[in-house]
Amino acid sequence: MDGRRPEVLTSVSLTRRQALQLAAGATVLGLTGCAPSAREATEEQSQGSLVMISTQFQPVAEGEKMRSAVLAGFGRKVEFLGEEQGPFEDRIRAEAQAGKGSVAVIGGQHGDLAGLAADQLLTDLSDLTQELSGRGFHPDYLELAKVGGDTPAYIPWAQASYLMTARKEAVDLLPSGADVNSLTYEQLTAWGQRIQQQEGSRRLGFPAGEMGLLNRFFQGYSYPSFTGALNTRFASSEAEAMWEWMRGAWAQANPQSTGYAFMQEPLQAGEVWVAWDHQARLIEALKASPDDFVAFPAPTGPKGLGFIPVLTGLAIPKTAPDMDGAKDLIRYLTDPKQTATVARELGFFPPTAQQQLPEDLEPGIRAEADAIAAQSTSQAKVTSLLPVGLRDKSNAYNDVFRTTFDGIVLKRRDARQVLAGKAKELQEVLDSVKAPCWRPDPESSGTCQVG
Amino acid sequence: MATTTAASVATRRRLGWAPYALLAPSLVYLAVFFALPMVNAFGLAFQGDEGGYSLEPIRRMLGDERFAKALTTTLLLVVIIVPIQFVVAMGMALVVNARLKGTDLWLYVFALPLGVSELAAGIVWFSIFTEQGWLNSLLTQVGILDRPFIFLDYQRPTLLILTIVVAEAWRATSIVMIILVAGLQGIPRDYLEAADVFGATAWQRVRHVILPLLKPSIRVALILRTILAFQVFATVIALAGSATNVLAGEAYRWYQNLRDARVAAAYASLILILSVVSTILFLLLLPTEEDRPT
Repeated sequence: MDGRRPEVLTSVSLTRRQALQLAAGATVLGLTGCAPSAREATEEQSQGSLVMISTQFQPVAEGEKMRSAVLAGFGRKVEFLGEEQGPFEDRIRAEAQAGKGSVAVIGGQHGDLAGLAADQLLTDLSDLTQELSGRGFHPDYLELAKVGGDTPAYIPWAQASYLMTARKEAVDLLPSGADVNSLTYEQLTAWGQRIQQQEGSRRLGFPAGEMGLLNRFFQGYSYPSFTGALNTRFASSEAEAMWEWMRGAWAQANPQSTGYAFMQEPLQAGEVWVAWDHQARLIEALKASPDDFVAFPAPTGPKGLGFIPVLTGLAIPKTAPDMDGAKDLIRYLTDPKQTATVARELGFFPPTAQQQLPEDLEPGIRAEADAIAAQSTSQAKVTSLLPVGLRDKSNAYNDVFRTTFDGIVLKRRDARQVLAGKAKELQEVLDSVKAPCWRPDPESSGTCQVG
Repeated sequence: MATTTAASVATRRRLGWAPYALLAPSLVYLAVFFALPMVNAFGLAFQGDEGGYSLEPIRRMLGDERFAKALTTTLLLVVIIVPIQFVVAMGMALVVNARLKGTDLWLYVFALPLGVSELAAGIVWFSIFTEQGWLNSLLTQVGILDRPFIFLDYQRPTLLILTIVVAEAWRATSIVMIILVAGLQGIPRDYLEAADVFGATAWQRVRHVILPLLKPSIRVALILRTILAFQVFATVIALAGSATNVLAGEAYRWYQNLRDARVAAAYASLILILSVVSTILFLLLLPTEEDRPT
């Protein structure tokens, strides 16, 4: 789940708790199945609380804000649980298999919901989409929400993206002719070189730690910018050029980058002066001292400005215990008042065509919003999606990009050879779930073919 | 000898089933939460895609490009960490046991890291070793360094390992110390006084009186610490990130990222086997009086 903090220990304990919950749930289900008063239990449920699970806002602090600032105003009690993508999907699938569920509403990125939608596990939300047409959702997002079918499987909830942030002192060292708002990949490396010459240290930064999102940089930014595609040009000569660029940029990156998960921390400490990351992982730096940092769009490569808008949606599993309650909750959460609260408190923006941001937005969040708007309205943009249809293989897919980076950049092995080997691994992952291509790759009739 | 046996038989009769009833909860706990998952993990490690017996998970573990590095790093850490911790813990235990002024305070200070979780300890040490961290601030302020030195540099693997060793030594030496202190307190004063009477030096007392009598405790401490060292995980993640990897980290990666519980179980089983082998080695190398045939 992007932008969120998948802390090792938290996730382990969560998983254990989930296992217990599942076991307890199974027992309860078994018991209610046997009980003659099963109908009574359901009626009781409709008066009680609703369960919402989400791959977004997993960190404790964010979950708390969700509960206290957003969900508290909903007329009924909502049990909000943050889950990692794997257990999230497992739970909905397990409930579907059992034929009876406890989860009313699920929140996740497009990729988290797409697999469930493809297997017909989500309720058709045509009526709700129709009813909420006044919310001004971006038409692209409404199309995405159909997940390749005819009817919407989820309602757009929030959007986020990845961007660049630099310390003000770095901006003074930009190479001549370079503008932060229209930087090229070559200029980014030259910038790093200039900083190293002037300051004596490597000051670019990438989130290459175990919990960092470097794989998204390759998937949605550098690959599309250099090759105009992703899987279909994975081992192409343009891809080799991209990895060659990455080696050069990495030579200007702080060697501690292999340990960085959230770039806001090294930026604030001054270990890194120029960084790329998810907006939620940069926001603390921009919020704490908006005058010391600049937020700006990702660089442009030979094929354009690759970027990923991360769409988050709300869906209702077919096994939801209280359909009306669930729909009420979605109406409430997509209300402009609530999406504004989410922007203000959690830094995720409303998924609307026109930027609808509250006036009283903190300057740091405003800076991110402007940089992301510049990215998504750029003439040269190459829009990508987060991986779609990988089900439980999304981490395995990411792992291929991480190990490719290990081989080519960290271990400096021959790029062509590494790419040839990794292309096979990538194809195996795609084959295992029969995933068709997603943007920026051209549509495929069957499983996406790695090229 | 005969009287002792008779006495123990009599005690046993008097106690009846009580000891078994008292042991039962721990036995059930161990069976359900340790033995059963262990057997299951072994089963999983030898399971094929269709559920039958297969060596496929083992083959995939051995063929994994990160396997060799994980194994060597883990073994290296064990080999460096355990002896260092043992020597330091022994020193600490002797200080505590010397009953100097404020012994209790020493014990609390030494035992403090016991209350810190592995990940928290890793994060604390990260904030010490990072480029703008405490250590660099100190070294630049007193004038030893002109500019911060990067300790956590993926290009300096030896240094990375050393930072992990320091963090682990800080975090887990106290558990060894506690066991040794307990052992030391079980040594009757008479022996040490006798050694004094014969004019033994401090070192001679340690070498000829304390160490031999402490052997059972030393054995327990070494076994426990070695097993824990094979499981090192969060400290490595916090300090080295993706720059190095260990067996427990690979088990996590295969389970969480690659979603293959069988290869993860293969890694877990390997850690288990290494732990068992090291335990047997310690039992053979450090026999106590009770083990010897009389």
